[in-house]
Amino acid sequence: MLDIQAIRKDFPILHQEVNGQPLVYLDNAASSQKPVQVIDAIADYYRKDNANVHRGVHRLSQRATDAYEASREKVRNFLNAKSDKEIVFVRGATEAINLIAQSFVRPQLNAGDEILISHMEHHANIVPWQMLCEQAGATLKVIPMTLEGELDLSTFDELLTDKTKILAVGHVSNALGTVNPIKEMIAKAHVKDIPVLIDGAQAVPHMTVDLQDLDCDFYVFSGHKMFAPTGIGALYGKQDLLEEMPPWQGGGDMILSVSFEHTQYNELPYKFEAGTPHIAGAIGLGAAIDYMQGLGISNLAKHEHDLLVAATAKISAMDGVRIIGTAKEKASVLSFMIEGVHPHDVGTIFDQQGVAIRTGHHCAQPVMQFFGIPATARASFAFYNTMEEVDALVLGIKKVQELFK
Amino acid sequence: MSSADLRDLYQQVIMDHNKKPRNFHEMDDANHFAHGNNPLCGDALVVYVKLTDDVIEDVSFQGSGCAISVASASLMTEALKGKTIAEAEHIYQQVHKQMTGDEFDATALGKLEVLSGVKEFPARVKCATLSWHTMHTAMDNDHDVSVTTE
Repeated sequence: MLDIQAIRKDFPILHQEVNGQPLVYLDNAASSQKPVQVIDAIADYYRKDNANVHRGVHRLSQRATDAYEASREKVRNFLNAKSDKEIVFVRGATEAINLIAQSFVRPQLNAGDEILISHMEHHANIVPWQMLCEQAGATLKVIPMTLEGELDLSTFDELLTDKTKILAVGHVSNALGTVNPIKEMIAKAHVKDIPVLIDGAQAVPHMTVDLQDLDCDFYVFSGHKMFAPTGIGALYGKQDLLEEMPPWQGGGDMILSVSFEHTQYNELPYKFEAGTPHIAGAIGLGAAIDYMQGLGISNLAKHEHDLLVAATAKISAMDGVRIIGTAKEKASVLSFMIEGVHPHDVGTIFDQQGVAIRTGHHCAQPVMQFFGIPATARASFAFYNTMEEVDALVLGIKKVQELFK
Repeated sequence: MSSADLRDLYQQVIMDHNKKPRNFHEMDDANHFAHGNNPLCGDALVVYVKLTDDVIEDVSFQGSGCAISVASASLMTEALKGKTIAEAEHIYQQVHKQMTGDEFDATALGKLEVLSGVKEFPARVKCATLSWHTMHTAMDNDHDVSVTTE
């Protein structure tokens, strides 16, 4: 059993008033808050250890390198990857997807080939593939979805063809909260030798991810959605695939030797980490993983699930409110529409009550088009949220209905 | 606390224009029109203007958006119908000043003063100005153009 009040003490930002009301932060799917353990790890690094990594024999550089590499090992352990060589630090999930698109898929993509994504992807898992398809004359194929907001896998087998060069799908939908059956999808794709990329940005903050069990070829996530800083994330790739891939960016740190005639690239994972990396960010990410594992990821997941179930029950019982995304398996996210009120107005009224929610298309415009709506209001939970904050959400909806009646 | 502020933003006139937008239709014989988009929130509208010499003989709009953007567009069509281009330009400037907290000519605004509450909500100023930018662009062009605010 988690002591939520004790946990909340670790998050200084939560203890403030917004518009004269205690802050209720329910926009965790957009970005999560950071515990003091993460903030201190970053500050301590800059206070005590700051230097460049993988260079120089001096003590600070060694300490910075050790801390940076220790974080890589934490990420490996967090995702149960086989080797540190399979973990590449990147800016976030978006950069990781672009890297895979350009470095893994592009060299083998020909006119007439196909890339398979789903209807519920975040723009970050749509646009890089569209750009690639335009470059190569390939076709973007889309797995359809149902009115409940689940993937419609009835035609999945037919969508996996001998022309499919990659299947790229989200683990958890940011707009709907749907947890997709990725293990089964990965297995089916692998039967046809199709590599699979999983966008885990919305999954890693909420559940245990075991990459050796999932057996996907690539997995990507952003740190800032899992209590770590912005500007840091990780790309996992199976070692044999990463070995074969050309570097994405050139520069320092990704080389073994350089002359004007020839450059020999560094080994994994450094081949993909050109330039000075976000060292403090990686250290903060490591601290966030320590923090989550210290509390127990299954405990965090259970508490969040309780919040989601309670919020769903309360809001379902209200007149004039429609929940968008009612999949059987969901995590953290509750998207809704209040009859006769545009979500943007909902967002302003909530903000006046100190309640932070996201309103808009959630960078998933095809999902909005599917439901025939311009936007939704979205509450998304983290483990530091409370049942009282669920009540604040319900009160907020009542307030909107009162104003707009 | 917040309720009073919210009532300043969501005044009765605004709620009424949101529920029953005026001049809310396509215009077949418009000689000026433009598309307006706010990609951040998905607001999208088209403003139609029928100019005869330098007088706005008719103005209408269509689209979807939040209460502030719909009401602002509706109020705009009421305010501009029958005005000259120069008068419309003056009103456009005053609406802007009102929302950014600058000194403005209240007599030119009339009913449009209900939009003044928006200035306390900086995140919403773009909702209120979308239709005005779109109208302005429509007047300057005799072909279809797009305006984006973000």
